[in-house]
Amino acid sequence: MINYDLVVIGGGPAGMAAALKAKECGVGSILILERAETLGGILEQCIHTGFGLHYFGEELSGPEYAERFIKELKTTDIQVKCDTMALDISENNVVTAVNKTDGLLKIQAKAVILAMGCRERPRGALEMAGTRASGIMTAGTAQKYVNIDGYMPGKEVVILGSGDIGLIMARRMTLEGAKVKVVCEIMPYSGGLTRNIVQCLDDFDIPLRLSTTVIETHGKDRLEGVTIAKVDEKLQPIKGTEEYIPCDTLMLSVGLIPENELTKNVGIEMDRVTNGAVVDEMRQTDHKGIFACGNVLHVHDLVDYVTLESQLAGQGAAEYILNKQPKETVYVSTTTGTGVRYLVPQRVNIKNPNDVKLYFRVGRIFKNAKVVLECDGKVISSKKKVKLAPGEMENVIIPADVLASMNESGVICVRVEE
Amino acid sequence: MVYDVAIIGAGVIGALTARELSRFQLHIALLEAENDVAMGATKANSGIVHAGFDALPGTLKAKFNVKGTAMMPEYCKELNVPYKNNGSLVVAFSEEEIEELKSLYERGLQNNVAGMELLSRDELFALEPNLAPEACGALLAKTAGIVCPYELTIAAAENAVTNGAEFKRNCRVEGIEKEEEVFVLHTTQGDIRTRYVVNAAGTHSDQIAAMIGDDSVKIKARSGEYFILDKSVGDVVTHTIFQCPTELGKGVLVSPTVDGNILIGPTATETEDRDNTATTLAGLNNVKVLAAKSCKVVSTRSAITSFAGLRAHAESNDFVIGPSKADSKFINAAGIESPGLSSAPAIAKYIAYIITNDYTDVAPNENFVAERKDVFRFRNASDEERQEAIDRNPAYGRIICRCESVTEGEIIDAIRAPAGARDVDGVKRRTRAGMGRCQGGFCGSKVVEILARELGKEINEITKFGNGSNILFEKTK
Repeated sequence: MINYDLVVIGGGPAGMAAALKAKECGVGSILILERAETLGGILEQCIHTGFGLHYFGEELSGPEYAERFIKELKTTDIQVKCDTMALDISENNVVTAVNKTDGLLKIQAKAVILAMGCRERPRGALEMAGTRASGIMTAGTAQKYVNIDGYMPGKEVVILGSGDIGLIMARRMTLEGAKVKVVCEIMPYSGGLTRNIVQCLDDFDIPLRLSTTVIETHGKDRLEGVTIAKVDEKLQPIKGTEEYIPCDTLMLSVGLIPENELTKNVGIEMDRVTNGAVVDEMRQTDHKGIFACGNVLHVHDLVDYVTLESQLAGQGAAEYILNKQPKETVYVSTTTGTGVRYLVPQRVNIKNPNDVKLYFRVGRIFKNAKVVLECDGKVISSKKKVKLAPGEMENVIIPADVLASMNESGVICVRVEE
Repeated sequence: MVYDVAIIGAGVIGALTARELSRFQLHIALLEAENDVAMGATKANSGIVHAGFDALPGTLKAKFNVKGTAMMPEYCKELNVPYKNNGSLVVAFSEEEIEELKSLYERGLQNNVAGMELLSRDELFALEPNLAPEACGALLAKTAGIVCPYELTIAAAENAVTNGAEFKRNCRVEGIEKEEEVFVLHTTQGDIRTRYVVNAAGTHSDQIAAMIGDDSVKIKARSGEYFILDKSVGDVVTHTIFQCPTELGKGVLVSPTVDGNILIGPTATETEDRDNTATTLAGLNNVKVLAAKSCKVVSTRSAITSFAGLRAHAESNDFVIGPSKADSKFINAAGIESPGLSSAPAIAKYIAYIITNDYTDVAPNENFVAERKDVFRFRNASDEERQEAIDRNPAYGRIICRCESVTEGEIIDAIRAPAGARDVDGVKRRTRAGMGRCQGGFCGSKVVEILARELGKEINEITKFGNGSNILFEKTK
């Protein structure tokens, strides 16, 4: 058994930011466990730019963004074990992990930060009929083949899903000489950032077809084509709208799922909408001493927000380890009002002396709407928004003095007003 | 050289027959048209070891089912393949169906099926509380079980090769001639000469039989579609749940798999194309609706994959097993549909008996080893076993597939094994890498790398399942 004050599971942007913040707050021994060969997580294969605009005030590529944190880590005594897989977390925070050099590791931690990120939704989860030909892959897998391995995964491409990775890959494949025939999106709106639709599709004349899905794949060995069709309000294919599109590759960008197998094994309370843990404002789960941040908690669209959130978790873990948490804990739940799909954090300790930022996503597109924060039925803030879209995460701040004025039966609610 | 026996088709019948024959001093060739064993009907079926009450008394299906099912536990133990005796339930949803259960029970008695019991509604719900409330009784068959059909086949082929049989992949038989006492098989890998032929060619077995002028076999391919649900669904049912059989087969079942998933399906649709494993929207929808009749809590929202399998249905509605009327040295094992998997050990043994009995002088293979070498499975191992394995080979400490906890060591073992994996799907079937909830999203590219390294190839030469199923094109600019 080895002992660490803090074990961070995952060495992507979330894990690195959390570990660095915890160090800054005075935590002694910290260990990061990373399953890939290098730190950086998914940023390593995101060689496009657009990272860091909010956090660093400049436009960086994924590896450049990660590199800033990797460099900073090297100036600290934070320990890192790469190519190491965390297998289990016990009731009393013993982390079991495995790698080639140490074999099985048992690590007793005072606190644990979960920063495992997310995975892409695979084909099996979709109702798509047809053959099992090669050439059907998630956009992230394709991205790794192109950007890390240096091989083309296809020449004539159809992309299903207009999530950000799908949009980025539409541009990437085009720049590498492939023909991206169409991006299909089953919803009546795109799940990606507006800037990505403009820069990755519009600039390259790649058509985006909304309310359209792939219903069948064709080809025995390699994919030869797909059948696409329009869908109705219930997302069911409309007969007579089928269209065959020849292609050798189908890339899927149909959603991201937080990787919470470890979390669930510990028995941590989960949010059915975010598919992440239920946390408080410092990102502590209902299991004392276990924190969660980044895409494992809820899927973010900008890494900058992952960094900010993870710093909160790092600070929270430090306060827990150093016994500096607020003396009292009185939780008030946050409630989603009209138009709001989820809120993170799901509960707030009103004894926390600081402002608390609530992150949320809306359930559909709103134009010229207002984001209203209500505490105990009183409107605290009402902010005008030209556009709200499910693809863009929003936030609203509860001022510290408002929190201080609340009691345990208080209600915090965020809603959209048209 | 002249082989003693060439087996056409490396499905569960072909592979187990090769293993049975390898108990003797015989030169055996196991020929497979595809890039791996278990690529046809064996790859995708329900994986049920049936008790044996379905088949009509007196048929080959009835005879081989009960015998094969009795042999299965020991075979799986020797071959190191998971087998679970979970029992099956045919569930009735109306008074008429209760009557049908009684006739199935009677038929079971005629087929010498042991361990059957008719259950009342209360008894049924005590065993399976998650069934649909309309369920009103059931036939319990305690001898039924579950096994993974391709794992059994992989193990049998590996063991046969260990015991001296030769496995030839991508070896499609395109014509057969007879020169005196020797068959000449014209294959895509050149001519193969053999004294005996076993026709275990699945949905193509009538075409193979026709090559020697045997038109007694008539095959119709039937496709069956399935969903596999995530392990998180848990054990909503522990027995294999059948509905009352229909003309087209045993209907849609809900069953646990030996790997801990829930399987629902299959449909039964005739298909002209004998290699057609495409799923259809209508078929998958059908599975959904019919499975919900048994168990309402089973939702395809937790599906991790869907697939279609093929069944070689003989027009005679029974297995076609034994020497061909056209040539007694040509042994048919055709029309093997359900309960084919259950019957496989008994069929293999019977075919080996026909050949060795006919052969003038055949000696036992004194070096025959029935036990397949222990396969290290990280996900099933204790902490001590894991540490011991990593000490032996550090590659057992490197997890490649996160969802199923499959290590690099296991993948290398699968490639280096006798009749080992040569493509991504082959690795998947042997190790479960890529079979979990992310379906290879993370590990797929790593498996491609390991295959390329082990086989001495470029990564764009690696295929998903042989033929032209390459995953990558040329290098980027």
